[in-house]
Amino acid sequence: MATRTRRSRILTPAGITTAVGLAIVVGLAIVGPIIWGAQAEATSVADRLQGPSALHPFGTDELGRDVLARVLAGTRTSVLLALGATAIAVALGVVLGLLPTVLPRVLRRALTGLIDILLAFPWLLLALFFSAIWGASATGAMLAVGFAGIPAFARLNYTLASSIMGRDYVRAARIVGVGPIGVLARHVVPNAAGPLLVNATVHASGALLSFAGLSFLGLGVQSPEYDWGRLLREGIARIYVNPMAAIGPGIAIVATGLFLTLASDVFATTPRRGALIRTGLRGLRPALRTGAGRAASAPHLVTTDEADAVSVARGLRIAFPGAEGGSVERVHGVELEIAPGEVVGIVGESGSGKSITAMALAGLIEPPGAVAAAELRFRGVDLLGPLSAASKRRLGLELAMVFQDPLTSLNPALTIGRQLTEAVEVHEGVSRAEARERAVRALASVGIPDPERRLGQYPHEFSGGMRQRAMIAMGLMGSPRLIVADEPTTALDVTVQRQVLQNLRRAQTLTHTAILFISHDIALVAGFSDRILVMKDGLVVEQLAADRLLVDAQHPYTKALIACVPDMASDRTQPLPVIGDLDTARRAS
Amino acid sequence: MTDFQIEHLTVRYGTGSRAHLAVDDVSLRVPPGRTLGLVGESGSGKSSVAAAAVGLVRPAGGAIRLDGVDVSARGAAARAARRRIQLVFQDPFSALDPRMPVGTSIAEATRATGRRFTRAEKAERVAELLRRVHIDPSRAGELPGAFSGGQRQRITIARALAGEPAVLIADEITSALDVSVQGVILNLLRELQADLGLTVLFISHNLAVVRYVSHELCVMRNGRVVEAGETEAVLERPADPYTRELLAAVPVLGERLDLGAPA
Repeated sequence: MATRTRRSRILTPAGITTAVGLAIVVGLAIVGPIIWGAQAEATSVADRLQGPSALHPFGTDELGRDVLARVLAGTRTSVLLALGATAIAVALGVVLGLLPTVLPRVLRRALTGLIDILLAFPWLLLALFFSAIWGASATGAMLAVGFAGIPAFARLNYTLASSIMGRDYVRAARIVGVGPIGVLARHVVPNAAGPLLVNATVHASGALLSFAGLSFLGLGVQSPEYDWGRLLREGIARIYVNPMAAIGPGIAIVATGLFLTLASDVFATTPRRGALIRTGLRGLRPALRTGAGRAASAPHLVTTDEADAVSVARGLRIAFPGAEGGSVERVHGVELEIAPGEVVGIVGESGSGKSITAMALAGLIEPPGAVAAAELRFRGVDLLGPLSAASKRRLGLELAMVFQDPLTSLNPALTIGRQLTEAVEVHEGVSRAEARERAVRALASVGIPDPERRLGQYPHEFSGGMRQRAMIAMGLMGSPRLIVADEPTTALDVTVQRQVLQNLRRAQTLTHTAILFISHDIALVAGFSDRILVMKDGLVVEQLAADRLLVDAQHPYTKALIACVPDMASDRTQPLPVIGDLDTARRAS
Repeated sequence: MTDFQIEHLTVRYGTGSRAHLAVDDVSLRVPPGRTLGLVGESGSGKSSVAAAAVGLVRPAGGAIRLDGVDVSARGAAARAARRRIQLVFQDPFSALDPRMPVGTSIAEATRATGRRFTRAEKAERVAELLRRVHIDPSRAGELPGAFSGGQRQRITIARALAGEPAVLIADEITSALDVSVQGVILNLLRELQADLGLTVLFISHNLAVVRYVSHELCVMRNGRVVEAGETEAVLERPADPYTRELLAAVPVLGERLDLGAPA
């Protein structure tokens, strides 16, 4: 598994370029001085200060040495200096970064404080300071650049280690008696290694440039030694006579720096399976309120009769790109119709496709997700084609969504008031004062006390239940015809869940909006909805009237869902019925 | 028989004016070889009780006694007693080191027994524990990423058992799982308790789940115990208004949710 992902990561255009480029650089560093070393140092007064020619493509320097040979042979010094400095920075940075995590509180504060202070110094200044101490030499420059990089790595490592130290698996190790050093070696270092490697590569590229800079300033490698920076310094004086003498080493510096940066890109972890879809969906959510990001052309608006279905999906199929390329169909032909004012529940487990079905009904699946259907409409708006301005307006005002985690669906940087008023200001063109008035009413109607003051607050100042109610209030700002509530209470306590559902039900009675209610809890869905759809593996396996659930359930999966959840009347002497076989029932998630 | 009790436990986070009293004078006793269910909402302090019991937080006051030894004290005896209490975490995705094969994670936990295991003994113990939680022992070398949420949770239970605990604390172990998997975990926990005679502190916000696995019940709110007793008795005749509120909020299959008058 691991080897496969690593291979596929390298087999991308960027991966191949990087691998080839780094192989060339490493190869030159090894064989460069052996092959071109003699030529690079062979002086020939007769050939001095020549321009580019077939014999000397980059020309010659003031002692008649071939510049190209010097660039190639200088690879080893340049690369070794950069790697040496990076090694110093990483090694000492790791030690200094891990140390605070095992120190007592006072020492930890002191050490992290020191690291923070050192971080505040511009690192070139530190390098110059160290060069002054150790004198202008290659080793001095390496130590200088190396030491100057320590604070950044110490800080990075401390941050990584602190976050890993807070994970449950570290807690578990501590509970069984693994000591602080053991925790660092066994859990923290392996998990911090990934980000560290990425940063080390970026740092190596930076170090390479710093050396070029220091040598160019005359503070690094000293004659007769040479590296690319030194060559650049020698070449720049004659740039109008022989530009290649300066551009040649410049190309070497830029190319190597670029390869190292590309390498860090390749090392950076690629999204895991599932993560792509999740982040994809999250990215789509804000699009709903403003209708941003939709193509504006081709009117598809059909006037609708109030008796018509609010939302219609026929043969709905949704596919997402798979982990190994290609596309994976996640929903295989769902038929769904929601009547005005109806409360429809979808119940299913994670991976059943219930959430993406709801996203598609709201027209929120965007590339790379692909939606195909015989028909997909919301109040007459065809969601399969591009949307006109009027359609967008209709969606913005008549469709509301409430998500499981309101902290990610509310914008943390905007006040609740701003987010509530945005849709009506954009789509209805109401004045700011009137929008605010409405927002106060909406917040009050979902039972948030002191709404005027609350409007000025940010999402983090609201509790979880309050945020969900604010999301419902946001839906009530327009004239909702459908509220899609995707696991709206899963993150909440049962008593808060009850309050949120009270508000949702109240919103429904007030505005006669339809609700699509999604949850994995069949008791909750049945208790709240008029009609239930049971989804499994991208298919609706059964549709039932909620109040007839216990009587009418036919499909074995529905029956199993009902049976496997303990309720207040479950027989405690019997094991719970279980869906499917223990090990084969579920694929790795 | 295991005697696990918590006496006047107080847990405080932060200092000075920002101090927050998470657990306020809580006393409870887990009946030996049985399960005590600890119910409450987020912020009620139930997880802090668990954290204090396994030594992840130092209590501000009170004692946590296992067979008479205060595990929250300092010293070798307290440390040894503390290792006999193991915790199963809520989120099976963060409870296993993503870079460590599951077998190694389980083997690591054997050190809580205080005995030295040879490599072969460790491998054998790991295989035995994986079989116990119904996972194919040949998968011990795989990373956590290769397992589903329910399987991971069973692996974390195996890890907790590797320390040969007298007391198992299960902190919301099914709330991150799908309902179908939840049943598997609850059945496993009951099976393990019956086989191994474990004393279990089962923490959950889900009253129906707590009711299903617990012999006795303890309801917490705002860091205090508001009601405790035999499960059946408490649920049939709840004395505290908060317990009644909790009961009313549990959805019942086949019944329209009683949402009362909107707030």
